[in-house]
Amino acid sequence: MITAKNLTKRYGKVAALSDVTFTIEAGEAVALWGANGAGKTTTLRCLLGVQGFEGALSVNGIDVQRHSKAARAAIGYVPQEAAFYDMRVDETAQFYARLKKAAPHRAAEVLEQVQLSEHASKRVSMLSGGMKQRLALAVALLADPPVLVLDEPTANLDVKAQRDFIRTIQDLNHAGKTVVFSSHRLDEVIALGTRVLVLSEGKLLLECRPNELASKLGLHRWLRLWIPHEHKDNSLRVLGQNGFTTMPNGTSIYVQVNADGKIAPLRSLQQASIPIEDFELVDGDLMPQGDSHA
Amino acid sequence: MLEFANIRAIARKELRDALHNRWFLVFTIAFAGLALTLSTLTQPGGSTFRAMSYSRTAASLINLVLLFVPLIGLTLGAANIAGDRETGALAYLLAQPVNRAEILLGKYAGMAGALLATLTLGFGAAGVVLALQRSVQDAGGYLLTVGLAYLLALSMLSLGFLMSILARKTATALGGALFLWLLLVFIGDLGIMGTTVSMRLPIETVFLVSVLNPLQMFKIASILSVQANLEVLGPAGLYATSQFGGLLLPLLIAGLVAWVAVPLAFAVRMFGRQERFVVKASAR
Repeated sequence: MITAKNLTKRYGKVAALSDVTFTIEAGEAVALWGANGAGKTTTLRCLLGVQGFEGALSVNGIDVQRHSKAARAAIGYVPQEAAFYDMRVDETAQFYARLKKAAPHRAAEVLEQVQLSEHASKRVSMLSGGMKQRLALAVALLADPPVLVLDEPTANLDVKAQRDFIRTIQDLNHAGKTVVFSSHRLDEVIALGTRVLVLSEGKLLLECRPNELASKLGLHRWLRLWIPHEHKDNSLRVLGQNGFTTMPNGTSIYVQVNADGKIAPLRSLQQASIPIEDFELVDGDLMPQGDSHA
Repeated sequence: MLEFANIRAIARKELRDALHNRWFLVFTIAFAGLALTLSTLTQPGGSTFRAMSYSRTAASLINLVLLFVPLIGLTLGAANIAGDRETGALAYLLAQPVNRAEILLGKYAGMAGALLATLTLGFGAAGVVLALQRSVQDAGGYLLTVGLAYLLALSMLSLGFLMSILARKTATALGGALFLWLLLVFIGDLGIMGTTVSMRLPIETVFLVSVLNPLQMFKIASILSVQANLEVLGPAGLYATSQFGGLLLPLLIAGLVAWVAVPLAFAVRMFGRQERFVVKASAR
């Protein structure tokens, strides 16, 4: 479905992408993982053919370099934060439907599909961030393209909107769409991806399955524990004695855990007869700032 | 290959946006109001309002066009692409199955439609008032002036779009547009006059330098269209009439068409090569 060979993009003397080669099969959901500046967004822009590049790149059998417009017709694109014109929701869908040569009735259909029908007469500026992302998804689906390209699509959404959006993309992937998305959120990659391409400083560092990512990159996650106030000091002492890095935060305690050792702190506290009121798993990039104790 | 359907879709959106643009509406009302006022001015010594002839109204409107049309054409064009680039709307539009020439031509066509509609409203209102009160014997010259005003508006829009593509920010594009407006409207005239006096330039040079300015082209062509000679322009006008004769008006019209086409062609070419709209240093 997508093949990239020696994909290279330079901005002056700086190489944003350097000899990146990969293949994505139809029906896959591939995550581009990397820190800011790794080359994720540049790769997606090359896929869309909106900037020049060296090397070979094809989408759905179309040479992006030579036929970028045809390649874009095979792609539904959802940016991190879509900038729409100042129109109503239904007018926006109709405008992009005309550009995508979608049948006029598709505008109403896709708004229904992303549950925006009841907001169709609102101005886009009145929508929440989550609704705007759903509108971007609706626009992406107008011409029923085989490929969806998403650039950190949940970065600006709240937790519930993130979950809903990921579920929608999962459904589309299960229905046969090939999905390529960039992310630096481990939970998103695990929930949505079937394969991960790890980029670093413009180079393809490794390919792996989503559940291997944390261990391959030595990534840590944090377990947030709610402990009764009277047991808080004791729990910090127990966790410290068992070698965990902790960080008290208001009514809860954050404990750093490995991808394959998430239950270990809970066992340590259970053995010390310390009650746990609740817990949740948090990605490193969602952590509040504070002093940690090893 | 260009798809007309894409150009039309974008043009429709731009036209719709222009109709919702407050400044554009203010300009339309102001232009129509001034045109109407000029067409219904009372004659000296008269106790009642009497309409002037088409030629006199056209001559009065030339100065209005020379001041207003370049300003609105340049600023509307300059704000267009640069504004979309700044909000991110351009990057999103470019990610759709349209090519850059279609986007630029669609935007240009939409803005041109809005601008020409404004001029039609202003000239049309004045024309209707005159038609209701006087004969329509000299309506031909009036219509030619309207056509020349269209060409001037389109040429200013082309220059505005070129500026919008060259500038990194909307503010820069608008600043450049205002500077160019001042240059064309005021400095062009005064500069040529000053240079002529200080350097004692031959009359043919003065004429050729002045017609490099599209506003001067419009002015000379409009005067020709309403009074058939250029005596009002002094020696330069007499030189032009004797040198080019009946070819002068077609040459000036061709010159204005070139001022429409050349900057627009440059804009399309530069926009096609540009990657500035997608490249943000923080988002690589």
